[in-house]
Amino acid sequence: MVKPQKTLNQQLLRYGLYVLLGVAALVYLLPLWVMLLTSLKDVEEIRNGTLLSLPGTINFDAWSKAWSGACTGSTCDGIAPFFANSFRIVIPAVLISTLVGSLNGYVLSLWKFRGSEILFGAMLVGCFIPFQVILLPMARMLAMLGLANTVTGLVLVHITYGIAFTTLFFRNFYVGLPKELISAARLDGAGFFFIFRRVVLPLSTPIIVVCVIWQFTQIWNDFLFGVVFSGAQTQPVTVALNNLVNTSFGGKEYNVDMAAALIAALPTLLVYVLAGKYFVRGLTAGAVKG
Amino acid sequence: MKTLKTCLSGIALSVACATASAGEVEVLHYWTSGGEAAAVNVLKQEMEDAGHTWTDFAVAGGGGESAMTVLKSRAISGNPPSAAQIKGLDIQEWGELGFLTSLDDVATAGNWDSLLPEVVSDVMKYDGHYVAVPVNVHRVNWLWANPEAFKKAGVEIPTTWEQMIEVGPKLKAAGIIPLAHGGQAWQDATTFEAIALAEGADFYRKAFVEHDDATLKGETMVKVLTTFKKMRDLIDADSSGRDWNVATSMVINGQAAMQIMGDWAKGEFTAAGKTPGTDYVCVAAPGTADMFTFNIDSLAMFTQSDDSRVQAQKDLAKMVMDPKFQETFNLNKGSIPARQGMDRTPFDSCAHDSMDAFTVSAEKGTLVPSMAHGMATSSRVQGAIYDVVTNYFNASDMSAEDAADKLARAVKATL
Amino acid sequence: MNEKALPLPETGSVRPVALSFQDRLAAQLPKLVLAPTVIVTLVAVYGYMIWTGLLSFTSSRILPSWKFIGTAQYSKLMENDRWGVSVENLIIFGGLFILVCLVLGVLMAILLDQKIRAEGALRTIYLYPMAISFIVTGTAWKWLLNPGLGLQKTIRDWGFESFTFDWLVNPDMVVYCLVIAAVWQSSGFVMALFLAGLRGVDQEMIKAAQLDGASMPMIYRRIILPSLKPVFFSAFVILSHIAIKSFDLVAALTGGGPGYSSDLPAIFMYQHAFTRGQMGLGAASAMVMLGGVLAILVPYLYSELRSKKNG
Repeated sequence: MVKPQKTLNQQLLRYGLYVLLGVAALVYLLPLWVMLLTSLKDVEEIRNGTLLSLPGTINFDAWSKAWSGACTGSTCDGIAPFFANSFRIVIPAVLISTLVGSLNGYVLSLWKFRGSEILFGAMLVGCFIPFQVILLPMARMLAMLGLANTVTGLVLVHITYGIAFTTLFFRNFYVGLPKELISAARLDGAGFFFIFRRVVLPLSTPIIVVCVIWQFTQIWNDFLFGVVFSGAQTQPVTVALNNLVNTSFGGKEYNVDMAAALIAALPTLLVYVLAGKYFVRGLTAGAVKG
Repeated sequence: MKTLKTCLSGIALSVACATASAGEVEVLHYWTSGGEAAAVNVLKQEMEDAGHTWTDFAVAGGGGESAMTVLKSRAISGNPPSAAQIKGLDIQEWGELGFLTSLDDVATAGNWDSLLPEVVSDVMKYDGHYVAVPVNVHRVNWLWANPEAFKKAGVEIPTTWEQMIEVGPKLKAAGIIPLAHGGQAWQDATTFEAIALAEGADFYRKAFVEHDDATLKGETMVKVLTTFKKMRDLIDADSSGRDWNVATSMVINGQAAMQIMGDWAKGEFTAAGKTPGTDYVCVAAPGTADMFTFNIDSLAMFTQSDDSRVQAQKDLAKMVMDPKFQETFNLNKGSIPARQGMDRTPFDSCAHDSMDAFTVSAEKGTLVPSMAHGMATSSRVQGAIYDVVTNYFNASDMSAEDAADKLARAVKATL
Repeated sequence: MNEKALPLPETGSVRPVALSFQDRLAAQLPKLVLAPTVIVTLVAVYGYMIWTGLLSFTSSRILPSWKFIGTAQYSKLMENDRWGVSVENLIIFGGLFILVCLVLGVLMAILLDQKIRAEGALRTIYLYPMAISFIVTGTAWKWLLNPGLGLQKTIRDWGFESFTFDWLVNPDMVVYCLVIAAVWQSSGFVMALFLAGLRGVDQEMIKAAQLDGASMPMIYRRIILPSLKPVFFSAFVILSHIAIKSFDLVAALTGGGPGYSSDLPAIFMYQHAFTRGQMGLGAASAMVMLGGVLAILVPYLYSELRSKKNG
């Protein structure tokens, strides 16, 4: 906020600041570090060494086993086959829920009507419903629609319970847009969708990034819906990971477990690292403004 | 060729062979650890050799918690799997709801009534009809011990709970954790029921099968609970949340001296390359020699609408009862075959002990269903007992009398 | 802020009949666009809530059955010791978790906003836990917090023999372990929210205040933090959502133990409904939990949304 002045005091304060932030960073990294170390050790080293001891030789055997050789139930193809399943679920679910959220947000901020605020509030309640409650009625509903245990069905479930959040994000973002832009366009005779496509959407990049990251993370990491609503052939990677970790042939292979966990987390980690900059920028651009 | 062989071995069911074409069985199970998966693969292979498609729906973890959730949502959406791993009294509940299909034709043809002991076939039947196939019989009241550790501490392996408590300090003095234990509700309950069994099979049945109120809060129960709490001193401080197989590996590597666990623990010893009798010892849990707490795994068969699926399902039921599968599965899992009259030679000494104990206990009337593993009670009552037992075991300030009282009340509330 | 619907635009060259139809369509368009979501929400949120509500008055065991037995499940629930523990835990856990995340989030955001070198890297490090579920990190956390394996052992190995950190296996303290892990996961996200908020604060106002001789702490307290109120709102909504739904966290870290001392309502409900064949009781616990949450949240949401409308 303020330009640092180079007095001795200020200087010391700044060093203190860096130390503080650095230590905090180490604390945050600790679990990931433990996982990484463990995944690189062999089983013997894990049994005899301590949590933070470095591996004698770095070997990626556990990683390749986790990817393509470890057993998840009665098949032993690693978690690779399930990656595709996860993407098949995540991509449509994220895209559709983001699109619906943006349209909803657009209506709820720039095309308000009597009762729209109440509708918004009512929608927000959807954020708080415990997912365990909806499993059975949802299963029956999907069966009625002929979508039981299909990818489409699972995608639909994710969209249903993601909309509340995407709507919240977009609505709060659009509320902050300058009103003049919209009113000018409307005076020019532009219609609802025209304004959305040509005026609002081009301004939405930051919030789309936020929304996509949030949804991607939530859906990729989901276990409960994945295990309940997917079919035997379409289980997402989290379910496979759970099976893998619980499958052991005498003596737990923690290195393989950890490697599998890290592999399963890679896509979301990558999204955060690569898009993290835009994430904060997107939030800055108004996602968090009321 | 293999198909032919399978057909010949089940010649009594020639109908099945004639139509053994392209049926699908979907099997929901949580057999994923300690060689179980390998055993399931044997079954899968046999089904595929017979021309069927095996769709594997494995949902591991938590003693089948997730698997049950999946099963319920599948059932409610009118799309249950062909077969699901359900056991004990839950088979009755599913039967009551009308989801299970009768296997009587396969059972009659295969003469199941004469192959299965009555305690086993009773569990498999709903309303007099076979609706499930047993894969094994586990004995739960085992004590696994590391003889090396006992030699080091200069004590004998205990045969009563009093001895158990006595050897504790000596083992500790030798730097060994007396009892390896995982602080999870079902493991607490497994230890608890072993101690209860030592008070006699009648007491056990009264408490856990009949849920007799007076027995549940009676003096004997207080005594059982007091002994149970003393186990706390034999366990290390970090046991909370530990998985059972981690506890087993503590016995394997000599860190701990004993573990009370069902015979699935044997798979861990075998996988670590240990031989029974020399590297480790399996004996009945203290005070329960000639007694047998059984835990039967089974596949329940759900009503299917498609004809080819029905046929595949029947073939599956037949194959599960096949001696070859029963042998492979049980060699892998540490249990004994549910099917009687099988060749004993492939099995090890622990399994032989288990088979003998099964016969003896059946004669003596000391063959009892496991409470901790859903054989004695429905999951409702079992859950209620779990809660009280695990809470008491971990609480710092609850008396055994209070616990017995809570136990009786909790059980009553679920009935 | 004028958020009233703007007057409909003139459409000029279109013929009168079509115009009125188009007008009417255009006027309804926003509602039409919102309609699918409203319908889905009505069914999948409120419909299922009512379904669960009805279920809680039945004797349902392993699957729903519609034999109504009045409020028996609720009285059973109230007598259940474990339910009491889990509710108490949720209050402690939820309260502490939200509070610590907010405080830590604001603090880290302020520190990170001091024109720090390597801000991007640090930010990513604080933020990444949000990307991973406890299904992935659960085991690592279990090890770290386990006295015989993790932090306690490591620090003792370094020579601090008396160091004790055994909350994971202590029934009285285990709930704080949950708080630690949950804060680790979410505080970075809250930090990002606040960092974004700080970047959005009007710099002119701060300069003016500085010219008036206000100190930095004073400026933060009087100007910057109050202007972040909407951020608090968003963070609160997201954090309470996480706290209430904490399930993976407990399942992975403690499994509810030792005993059931770290049980939370979400676990209680799931276990009773799905693994213990007490669906009626599970439904009743879900309704109580939902009722409690809404009783706290609805007034808050209402006042926040209202004040924004007027402000």
